[in-house]
Amino acid sequence: MARVLRHKFDVLVVGAGPAGMAAAACAGECGVRVGLVDDNFRPGGQIWRSESAGTPVPQAASWLQRLRSSRVEPLCGVRVFDAPDKGLLLVETADGLCELRYDQLILATGARERFLPFPGWTLPNVMGAGGLQALVKSGLSIRGKRVVVAGTGPLLLAVAAYLRKHGAEIAMVCEQASLGSLARFGLALAGQPGKIIQALQLKKDLAGVPVATSSWPVAAQGKNVLETVTISRRGKSETLACDYLACGFHLLPNTELASLLGCQIEGDFVRVDDFQRTTVPEVFCAGEPTSIGGVELALAEGQIAGLVSGDRVAEARDLFGQRNKLRNFAAAMTDAFALRPELRDLPSAETTVCRCEDVSYSRLQLHATWRAAKLQTRCGMGPCQGRVCGPATQFLFDWTPDSVRPPIFPARMESLAALASFLEPEQEAITGGHR
Amino acid sequence: MSSLALRINGVTVDVEPGTTVAVAAVLAGQPCRVSVGGTPRGPLCGMGICFECRMTINGKAHCRSCQILCEPGMDVRTDG
Repeated sequence: MARVLRHKFDVLVVGAGPAGMAAAACAGECGVRVGLVDDNFRPGGQIWRSESAGTPVPQAASWLQRLRSSRVEPLCGVRVFDAPDKGLLLVETADGLCELRYDQLILATGARERFLPFPGWTLPNVMGAGGLQALVKSGLSIRGKRVVVAGTGPLLLAVAAYLRKHGAEIAMVCEQASLGSLARFGLALAGQPGKIIQALQLKKDLAGVPVATSSWPVAAQGKNVLETVTISRRGKSETLACDYLACGFHLLPNTELASLLGCQIEGDFVRVDDFQRTTVPEVFCAGEPTSIGGVELALAEGQIAGLVSGDRVAEARDLFGQRNKLRNFAAAMTDAFALRPELRDLPSAETTVCRCEDVSYSRLQLHATWRAAKLQTRCGMGPCQGRVCGPATQFLFDWTPDSVRPPIFPARMESLAALASFLEPEQEAITGGHR
Repeated sequence: MSSLALRINGVTVDVEPGTTVAVAAVLAGQPCRVSVGGTPRGPLCGMGICFECRMTINGKAHCRSCQILCEPGMDVRTDG
């Protein structure tokens, strides 16, 4: 049987990006015992992922310092896969199983990129925008490589600027949103001086790079690996040679654990009150799972959740104004980067939609619901559990995803076997098979 | 900084410390896996969500290689 470690925390934080680090540090500074778990090998999340040999970005470094001085216990390289009982999470480590008990839980599970299928999108070197950036931060040399950055959202420009700084030639940035839509978003920035400074810096970093609006990739070509990308640029087709296509369609919240715990999900997001409490009493949520709003909003929400969990409610209240203003920015961003309906026409009959099980668009068209497609084609039944094709089919076919069931990530047989030992016989009977 | 050596499908690959296994495969020009339909795949999300970069590392199957750092002498298989 797997080696089992056990920990008990007053406050347990899941996710060590900005929201989780802020939540854990603030809770720790209240004097309670805090654990911080993350599946990456070091804290920082995606936005503060430090370069393989580099030092953390300054903002991250100050939060790391606060985590250390408040004696938060980090558990990195582990993955939560089940919540079999109240106050209990099960996580897999590299070589065993860990039982984490908590009085209060803060979910800071972040976001992932939305991917949309188009012909050739499964070719190696077609990646997410954030995906390529993460790989460059993990040791991939991009110097002298030609990159097309495409999709939608503010991440595209940030990634293009980052890749260019690291020696890439950015052939083009293709943003599917219209110029009018972006102009309205620009006006929404008026009350956010910090965001305007960031935008001006990006403009400077990308001087000379073609940035096309109302443009998107329609096909990627290559023999075994990406060679060219065809884009639709304001209605005209154009083919660009490139080494990488960095393509993501804004971000989606990771709400699987919140769903498993029974927290109410509204639209795509975890519902929270002013204190970042979910609809489950001992569970808080902060950062991207509550709204896609960027690092400042994540930090504000994380601090509020951490302070409330540590019983410093008055200090948390002081941050409400700042957080609410940033939420307005998040709403403006969602509107500006809404997907245009033409993107539903990108897949051809043969285009793979479910990458785990190689299910084509034409096979999915035969079905009326996500559930029917799953049962008949195995769409969404592979290791990613529909994290990629679920949102894609939601957009393409208006399908509604099924409820979340454990394990929320593929787990080793020995972990699942050990799970039985955590449950009393009567609970085992209740939990077995249906939840 | 001195490099470290690992084997990908039996071929020795040198990488800088701090490089993930997924990146080592991309640098070596190797797909991370072959799909059930027989097409080569590389990393997609870079953050452990999509499972496209799963490989057999030191005999352990289905490892998400974008979340794992290269270690000296590591044995990586992308063909199974």
